[in-house]
Amino acid sequence: MKEQRINEAPAIVTESLNLWYGTFQALFDIDLEVSRNKVTAMIGPSGCGKTTLLRSVNRINERLGYVRTTGSIEVLGHDIYEPEVDLVQVRKQVGMVFQRPNPLPLSIRDNVLFGHRTHRERGVKVSRQDEDEIVEKALREVLLWDTVRDRLAGAATELALEEQQKLCIARLLPVKPAVLLMDEPCSALDPNGTEAVEELIWDLRGDYTILIVTHNMAQARRASDECVFMLLGKLVEHTRTDKMFVAPKHQETADYIEGRYG
Amino acid sequence: MFETTTLNEQNRTVEKLWRTLLLVMTLLLILPVLVILAVLVYKGGPVLSLDFLLTEPTNGMTAGGILPALIGTVWLVSVALLASVPIGVAAALYLSEYAPENWLTRALNLAIINLAGVPSIVHALFGVGAFVLFFRFGTSILAASLTLAVMTLPVVIVATKESLQAVPQAFREACWNMGATRWQTIRKIVLPNSISGILTGVILEVSRTAGETAPIMFTGAAFFLPFLPQGVFDQTMAMSLHLFVVSTQVPDVPEALPYGVALVLIAMVLAMNATSIAFRTYLRGRKKW
Ligand SMILES: Nc1ncnc2c1ncn2[C@@H]1O[C@H](COP(=O)(O)OP(=O)(O)O)[C@@H](O)[C@H]1O
Ligand SMILES: [Mg+2]
Repeated sequence: MKEQRINEAPAIVTESLNLWYGTFQALFDIDLEVSRNKVTAMIGPSGCGKTTLLRSVNRINERLGYVRTTGSIEVLGHDIYEPEVDLVQVRKQVGMVFQRPNPLPLSIRDNVLFGHRTHRERGVKVSRQDEDEIVEKALREVLLWDTVRDRLAGAATELALEEQQKLCIARLLPVKPAVLLMDEPCSALDPNGTEAVEELIWDLRGDYTILIVTHNMAQARRASDECVFMLLGKLVEHTRTDKMFVAPKHQETADYIEGRYG
Repeated sequence: MFETTTLNEQNRTVEKLWRTLLLVMTLLLILPVLVILAVLVYKGGPVLSLDFLLTEPTNGMTAGGILPALIGTVWLVSVALLASVPIGVAAALYLSEYAPENWLTRALNLAIINLAGVPSIVHALFGVGAFVLFFRFGTSILAASLTLAVMTLPVVIVATKESLQAVPQAFREACWNMGATRWQTIRKIVLPNSISGILTGVILEVSRTAGETAPIMFTGAAFFLPFLPQGVFDQTMAMSLHLFVVSTQVPDVPEALPYGVALVLIAMVLAMNATSIAFRTYLRGRKKW
């Protein structure tokens, strides 16, 4: 019974989250619960704070010295802004995929292993065979294995954009993250690439909690279980995707979905 | 409907004028370099020979070759490189990869820019005070090379920072987001992708000091030493000082000799520059992003 409750607990919970870039407030009192092992899409016009919210969840924002945050963000039941929290551990649990695919200038194989090697205990030897298995498993998970199995030593930066983006997802998997954050992961891809990556995201659902920002209404509709609509730094509406697109509660949501915003 | 108007024509004339003017300015700029090279080759060419490079000066430096000066300059530049590369690269790594955006960083960057403008004679005096006297290196290759190193540190840092900054920020973000520390990011991604650029840039900057005279004159370079340096605590002759000496300090030097020395000095610097530029071009071509 207890076990089950834990599994149902939301993966990410923010409570009255406010964020300032210097004196400019980008997020206002965000209360958000992201369901575990579901795909949650974040939509809203440009500049409404989607990226900011996403980047708060793995605390990458604070690298900019002038960012100030109040409120709390819990990931898997733990407040990640507690002083004893280690950023390295946060980022192990919370992987991030960027708008532009950014494979490292290494081989495909080394890209997949990068995170794993980073988090490996000092002095622990992992055999080449084990590494091969890790690589194959991750690449299979992102439906890339068959395409690249014969050129694992080739440069990752020479892959097609869509494949690069899949690789960027694959390299997060070997450290077994719980949450995958994706910031418009398809916006640099052509329609075919977009479809392929969407399919993949849908495929990963169930094993990972996915929070994805998208500009593409059709994508949000097709590829998410829940949908969050933001406007001017505020969370306006958060419901099941099918509900949001059929019967939005708020006028602003309806306007945005129907394309009446920029 | 698409005929030229008078306005079009006027604009075109002005355009042509500017274009020509700018071209002429550019040509004027390289003219001195060409003239210098031509004069050096014309006047100094005749004294050049293998003997000239491989023997010592004789007859009160009015005859013979330049071997000790040549070897001395190689020593000075090499030791200066050894000193300035690690320090300069470390400073640049800090400033580019770690330094937060605050007043200290701004002050450091400002200081580095200003240091680059300190006249070389001031560096020379600093070298005497610091290396020759305070650290008791005496007038030696070590003291002279360290003076050269201090003098080139600002440009070394700037060149290194440029190479580091040429590594796309997206790579760093990718690493940090996978939980890599700054140092892991530097070691695995930033340095491997910039080290060649750093080295070529640094070699380029430091090799320029082969021509410096003031900083080595009081710190380690000698007028005339008929033997080759055996270690960093020896004094040495140097090409730049030798050129100064045979041009102005020694009577009855044949006219061609200083030109020959100058030609070899310039050839040395150009050769180092050319090598590092070629190296850089080659590596740029290989870049994968
Ligand atoms: N690094 C930053 N410094 C200052 N302001 C920023 C920064 N990043 C974003 N902003 C501002 O915060 C607001 C939200 O931006 P962002 O989260 O990128 O929106 P979105 O991803 O929804 O387009 C915008 O007004 C933007 O100008
Ligand atoms: Mg954004």
